[in-house]
Amino acid sequence: MTISIDPPKQSFRLSQLIYDTRYRSITIQVVTLCLVALGIIWLGYNASVNLTALGLEPNFSFLWNRAGYDINQTLIPYNNSDTHARAALIGILNTLLVAGLGCVTATLIGVIAGVLRLSKNWVVAKLMTVYVEGFRNVPLLLWIILIYAVMTEGTPSPRDFREGGTASMWLDSTVAVTNRGLYIPAPVWGPNSGFVVAVFILSIIGALFYRRYARKVLFDTGRLLPMVWPALLIAIIPAVLVFFILGRPIGLSYPELGGFNFAGGLQISNPLIALWVALSLYTGAFIAEIVRAGILAVSKGQSEAAFALGLRPNRTMSLVILPQAMRVIIPPLISQYLNLTKNSSLAIAVGYADVRATLGGITLNQTGRALECMLLIGLFYLAISLLISGVMNIYNNSMKLKER
Amino acid sequence: MNKTLFLGALTVASIAAAASSAATLDDVKARGKLNCGVTTGLPGFAAPDANGVWEGFDVAFCRAVAAAIFGDPTAVEFVPTTGETRFTALQSGEIDMLARNTTWTFSRDTDLKFDFTGVNYYDGQGFMVPKSLGVSSAKDLDGATVCIQTGTTTELNLADFFRSNNISYQPVPIQTNAEAQQQYLAGACDVYTTDASGLAATRATFEAPADHIILPEIISKEPLGPLVRHGDNAWGDIVMWTQNALVSAEELGITSANVEEMASAPTNNPEINRILGTEGDLGAMMGLSKDWGKNAILAGGNYGEIFEKNIGENTPIGLARGLNALWTEGGLQYSPPFR
Amino acid sequence: MSDIHAQTAYVRTAMLPQAAPPVRETGAVKWVRENLFSSWLNIILTLASIWFVWTVVSHLFPWFYNSIWRAKSLTECRAIRDATLGPDASAACFAVITDRWKQLLFGFYPSSEYWRPTLSLVLLVVGILPMLFTTLPRKLLWGTLALPFVLFFLLWGGSIWTTVMVAAGFVLGFAAIKILTPIGGAILAAIGAVLIPILFWIYAAGPLAESLHSILPIGLEFVQSKDFGGFMVSTVIGVAGIALSLPLGIVLALGRKSDLFIVNKLSTAFIEIIRGVPLIVWLFTASLLLNYFLPPGTNFDLLLRVIIMVTLFSAAYIAEVVRGGLAALPKGQYEGADSLGLSYWQSMQLIVLPQALKISIPGIVNSFIGLFKDTTLVVFIGILDPIGLTNSIRASTDWNGIYWELYVFIGLMFFIFCFSMGRYSLYLEKKLQREHR
Repeated sequence: MTISIDPPKQSFRLSQLIYDTRYRSITIQVVTLCLVALGIIWLGYNASVNLTALGLEPNFSFLWNRAGYDINQTLIPYNNSDTHARAALIGILNTLLVAGLGCVTATLIGVIAGVLRLSKNWVVAKLMTVYVEGFRNVPLLLWIILIYAVMTEGTPSPRDFREGGTASMWLDSTVAVTNRGLYIPAPVWGPNSGFVVAVFILSIIGALFYRRYARKVLFDTGRLLPMVWPALLIAIIPAVLVFFILGRPIGLSYPELGGFNFAGGLQISNPLIALWVALSLYTGAFIAEIVRAGILAVSKGQSEAAFALGLRPNRTMSLVILPQAMRVIIPPLISQYLNLTKNSSLAIAVGYADVRATLGGITLNQTGRALECMLLIGLFYLAISLLISGVMNIYNNSMKLKER
Repeated sequence: MNKTLFLGALTVASIAAAASSAATLDDVKARGKLNCGVTTGLPGFAAPDANGVWEGFDVAFCRAVAAAIFGDPTAVEFVPTTGETRFTALQSGEIDMLARNTTWTFSRDTDLKFDFTGVNYYDGQGFMVPKSLGVSSAKDLDGATVCIQTGTTTELNLADFFRSNNISYQPVPIQTNAEAQQQYLAGACDVYTTDASGLAATRATFEAPADHIILPEIISKEPLGPLVRHGDNAWGDIVMWTQNALVSAEELGITSANVEEMASAPTNNPEINRILGTEGDLGAMMGLSKDWGKNAILAGGNYGEIFEKNIGENTPIGLARGLNALWTEGGLQYSPPFR
Repeated sequence: MSDIHAQTAYVRTAMLPQAAPPVRETGAVKWVRENLFSSWLNIILTLASIWFVWTVVSHLFPWFYNSIWRAKSLTECRAIRDATLGPDASAACFAVITDRWKQLLFGFYPSSEYWRPTLSLVLLVVGILPMLFTTLPRKLLWGTLALPFVLFFLLWGGSIWTTVMVAAGFVLGFAAIKILTPIGGAILAAIGAVLIPILFWIYAAGPLAESLHSILPIGLEFVQSKDFGGFMVSTVIGVAGIALSLPLGIVLALGRKSDLFIVNKLSTAFIEIIRGVPLIVWLFTASLLLNYFLPPGTNFDLLLRVIIMVTLFSAAYIAEVVRGGLAALPKGQYEGADSLGLSYWQSMQLIVLPQALKISIPGIVNSFIGLFKDTTLVVFIGILDPIGLTNSIRASTDWNGIYWELYVFIGLMFFIFCFSMGRYSLYLEKKLQREHR
């Protein structure tokens, strides 16, 4: 007995839009879209009326005017007769610089602290607990201010390096730690130096290939080739050879005390270091918790099984526990990287010229173009955030447990 | 369920600020309070005391305007503003006037659409250095690290000065005076630059003020004064003439001590009488009461008294009158006649 | 064999008394050896840690130990230090805290009214209890529901009738749902529940409150939000932000999980945009730009604008937390609800959300801690939170030049608060894990 359950062929009625679940979802969506669109139009209309009344129509031409202010830390050449747009670019690069540096060191600090917190060494474990809890529970802004102040109070000023001063340079007078920044030797690129760099890059790639090869041998045959030393030698020796063959094209300029400050060499300014340290320590504390949770999430049976197979503790860690813990660690780690990038906007507290301080600070102040500046800054951060989360999501997917 | 607080606050707010019409004076009178924008804290110019009462040179001007309108110098709400938020606060009507040691410049007056109502302090940007540095002129500062307070015209002046003298420097921009002070004392910068008044005020609070000198160069003109929105001239007049009344009062010898007595009966000097409302009715021309001038002077004294009390030589700030002396004493403070 | 054994003289017949274990295997020594000095790496780590702790303590201890608590200004502090300890001694001048602690806690709130914020805090803590401890009687939840109104009235004051009218709007909305649902169905009820209160607030609430106030004038002194400051303002922004963002966050989370394409994409876009931009930029937007986006002439105070912005900001984060809760729920729960024939809202309300929210509570508490710490950023838009007040305090001639003491105090306050909240969230997490087992 077959019952045909053809739907009754009815003509479409308007009430179906509300009562029929097949159509209701469309109704809801259309209504939502209309409401949101109306809201946006309303906001935009208000803005245009208000801004016109104030005589402040949105206009980005101020970006091409002369900025007129100086910036202390620039990655690309800049002086005060450049445009606001270039100043904004300096800020963007500075933001990226501190965010990049911060992510790397925060990860290092976080992994070390997270592992040490699980250590059986009571003193170390407690110290790490104090570190993690202390940084997690006090606002980042306070830490930035305090670390900056500790750095300026705790290091000598360039004056003290003069004859008869209390401070002296480190490492055979090549490095100076002052409360204005860290002065280190800077490379001087002579002719042919590009060749040395190219060789260096090529040999690093070669070293990576060697590591891959060693891994393959290990997995195919079980033979364990030494990994670290050959890779290092492959990376360094050709570059060094080329360097000497070409007659040392790359020199170093050392920082020297002249006038008020050290001249020559490379200066890593104090605001950058303070912000970098504060962001790394703060985010590191969060990452430490993530790492700890990740390691604890790997069941004890895994490490016991590894030991039973005769693996040594560090191989157990690197081959068994960490790969499994990584799956738990990566997603929250991504959001910590995002947080760090966004938190770098607190650079304003130490006078580091990030994009908030140039475009959203001095430029905004001098031109009074609040709407335009905030819009550009918002878009920049949004783009960075979406980029980081996009890239990390791809990585995350590739790390995912391949379920059978 | 917790949307309530939000909506509740919203309704209250919309009742409280029904509509800001064109006439600021009417709004202020309806509100019963003057909203005056000040800094979040600058020694001598504006800072709250332990009881939360705002004090300082700029604050005294707000109080004088409030007294001129309401006869009550406490009818002011002080709104702390930062370098970034001050102009928007004034533009959006959140504050009625801004007395936040703001420099009168062309673009602020025209492009940002404000009206400066006069100059209550003639300042200029200077440099402070430790004596041990052995520097006697700003032109010797080639290669120096300079702490600057940001959010002001200071960065631009500094850039211009070093550029025109063809010397280089390293700027360290700092958000607040207090932080800049800490950086400078720790030796993180060789020089601290801001308005000369600020330098003097800062130096006065050091443990050893004598170890620091303020260089003779003043590299900019910084006429500081209160400002109001462009377009409401009646309101601008009130602020401007209150300020002028204070200056005139000093010139004419009206002080907070003798103003009651002088206002009780017409004196021999007709201008005094006009300011104090015992002759004619100048107040009515601005929509204020007859005794507005008396109230304004009573609030904190005349210009000289306000200066001496907040930033003068007997205070820790210890500023000399200098350019801010009356024109009769060789300064620039000069009020148009009350006639 | 056995007799041979018996003859061997060197076999002991009596048991030896039990000997004490070697020193290095017992008590403190064993513990120290195993825990602190088990390997070279461990020895280095231990020594480095001890050296670090010693350096810090030896630098900080005299400063704390010599601290001066009674003085009127920094100059006086320095004079006291010079007189008792000599000019080179390091001594904290905590007198600034004694002098200004009220300001740091309450800002410019009138000192005669300090009981109001204090009572609000107590009420807040008590009022949240029924939400957190399920063993308490359910009826107490009504008290929690009334809490926002009570707190609003206590903090801002003014006529009580204003608050009552605001509350009445919500009662009207609720009544509209109850009455209209049987008559006109869910959609009409929803429209009514939104429109009626809004119309009531716009047209009836103001005059009604005024006339009631003239009949029965009950009220507290009105305190402007400009007078809020210090830790009070941080708490108000933090608590209001989290409380207001909860409903919005839940809606956004449901939207992001929804099958409806447009709703899903809109929610996702909102969440990603808000989360992608730093709070400080949003705060600047609130302070500099929000007024531009409202009808000409409207102008409401900065604190309220900040609360709105913070609410939107934390809603995006709460949405992600709730989404995590929704995802953690076994699929069977959704399917079970569907198979019972419950509609979407019914299944959400009765089955899914109660469980998902319970799982999310630790996450919500953590968001709250984060938000509370982030409230320090309001200093950049001129609101005098604790950090903002440090600047104002140092601008007074009495305390100009003081530095560490204020920051240490503020840091300590934040630490105590956030740490205890964090412990509480851990406790909740553990409790939830136990219940789930």
